[in-house]
Amino acid sequence: MSAHDTFAQTAGGREDRPHREQAVRLNVEQASYAYSPSELSAPTFTLGATSFQAREREIVAILGPNASGKSTLLRLITGTIEPLSGRVELDGEETSRLDVRTRAQRIAVVHQESPIVYPALAGDFVLQGRFPYGRALRFANPEDIEIARNALAQVGAEHLSKRTIGELSGGEKQRVILARALAQQPRLILLDEPTLHLDIGAQVELLERLRQLAQENRYTVVVVTHELGLAAEFADQVVLLQHGRCLRVGPPAAVYQKELLEQVFDAPLDVELGPAGRPRVNLRARRGEDIT
Amino acid sequence: MRPLTFRRLLWTCGGLAVLLLACVVLALKLGAVPISVTDLVLDLGRIAIGRANELPTEYRLIVFDLRLPRILLGILVGAALSVSGASFQALLRNPLADPYVLGVSSGAALGSILALIIAPGFALVTPLGAFLGAIATIAGVYFLGRREGQLDSTTLLLGGIICASFFSAIIMFLLTTLSGRDLRGMVFWLMGDLSTPVSAGMQWIFTVGLIAGIGAIYSTSADLNLLLTGEREAIHLGVDVTRVKLVVYVSASLLTALAVSASGAIGYVGLLVPHAVRLIFGSDYRLLIPASALCGAIAIVLADTLARTIVPPTELPVGAMTAMAGAPVFIYLLRRGLR
Repeated sequence: MSAHDTFAQTAGGREDRPHREQAVRLNVEQASYAYSPSELSAPTFTLGATSFQAREREIVAILGPNASGKSTLLRLITGTIEPLSGRVELDGEETSRLDVRTRAQRIAVVHQESPIVYPALAGDFVLQGRFPYGRALRFANPEDIEIARNALAQVGAEHLSKRTIGELSGGEKQRVILARALAQQPRLILLDEPTLHLDIGAQVELLERLRQLAQENRYTVVVVTHELGLAAEFADQVVLLQHGRCLRVGPPAAVYQKELLEQVFDAPLDVELGPAGRPRVNLRARRGEDIT
Repeated sequence: MRPLTFRRLLWTCGGLAVLLLACVVLALKLGAVPISVTDLVLDLGRIAIGRANELPTEYRLIVFDLRLPRILLGILVGAALSVSGASFQALLRNPLADPYVLGVSSGAALGSILALIIAPGFALVTPLGAFLGAIATIAGVYFLGRREGQLDSTTLLLGGIICASFFSAIIMFLLTTLSGRDLRGMVFWLMGDLSTPVSAGMQWIFTVGLIAGIGAIYSTSADLNLLLTGEREAIHLGVDVTRVKLVVYVSASLLTALAVSASGAIGYVGLLVPHAVRLIFGSDYRLLIPASALCGAIAIVLADTLARTIVPPTELPVGAMTAMAGAPVFIYLLRRGLR
């Protein structure tokens, strides 16, 4: 994957402190949005001004309960909607102003799985990630095939390339979809609830892989999730949302405060600090409600 | 990984073109007056070297004035319907979509009849009316099929089928109130029929329209592949979804309109052919579109030959043949989808 030559970074001699001196890659600055059924009626949902910044190799978790504005924020970052105020910039360019093709070369989005209408081989599916680079009919050239193969290898799914998508397990399918995103050779990878249909083993595996890929390929990764525990374990930064308001931005240890999380998620929780300085969240049963 | 290469595309289409040619020869041979293949090939050779005058007149009349134009029309209609079926299937993300099932064919038929009533005697009026009817119908069915902002597969099909029967009723009403017309001919036309001769000028319009329509759809075939995996995904992979949808809706409606104004509402071709092609060659639209065009032509030429010869000397409308084959397959696919 030439565009993500890991040696390019070592040349600067800063590989041991990746987070401190690198330029901001994703800049979300006071971005807000409002959904209205029509132009004259009052908005049915608003996302208040939200700001955060992410550098390459960083994993940002957008965290919040349902209807907190996570998906809206995700769409603002992908540039499919334009912020009402403020700006969303990727390497200094507003994402909503990029044309679809350029955008697809820079931003890859992994959605919750959508139904597959016709059977496709996993390998051909990953090749779709090369679409924004092709011209006209986009017959795959050897380089594209090599990139797709590499992408599959990076998610440990080379053996799946000749299987059809329909016959894969949830975890395998998620890996193939991630491989397609890698084949786009993006700068920014966005994942929308990627762990939703995965069992706990596959969840941890996916997030470890993301962390490793972010390091190796210098991606910035933004994960939308409501999984408190996983976000605490894997995110460098957490953006906490509730009812369309951005409550906190910061490293998990700073954002994970017992009262705050209990109020946001409306559940009794215990928060403790783990050995690596990362918080741990446990669900606490309400007193007197134990089943005897 | 077995990505489509240009080479495989050429070989497949070449093979299918040869098959189509063989079917054309077979269709020229079969009929109320049997003609041997050797004679036919020899005569085709004579025509090729410009010595057509040496052929016996009666024979030339049957083969080249009666059978050949009908076969050529069948090729145009089959290709148009199959490609528009395959396109609707990608746009609506629905494997059961077909211009006939969606009511687009009936809309086109109504449009062309209305146009004939409003402005008779104007050559372009039938295809133009059919085009307007087709495009209005697909827009209407699309909005009928939306539920809470999502395209609902069952509602969509139901909407199409309801539209089709509504339009057929209006057509029946118009035909019965309009006196002095050949009702049996019109009913045949509604069932889908290739026996009505088409004027030379119209043949040119059909050919040009067919090439333009298929060409426009083909230029978006790589985008259609991605659109099949979902609209959101397609946008994030760099597909200009709005443009692609507009181009393909308009072109597919145009193809349906051409087929309907030439031959009436021949059903299920747009469903059967792309499905068969998918089973054999896979669902890559860069191959599916040209292969469907060729296979659709083959299917209609064969179906029409069967319709001409199955109960001699009577001829069946070719639409009856395709419906007899298509409806059971539609039910099968529907049941399979429900599981």
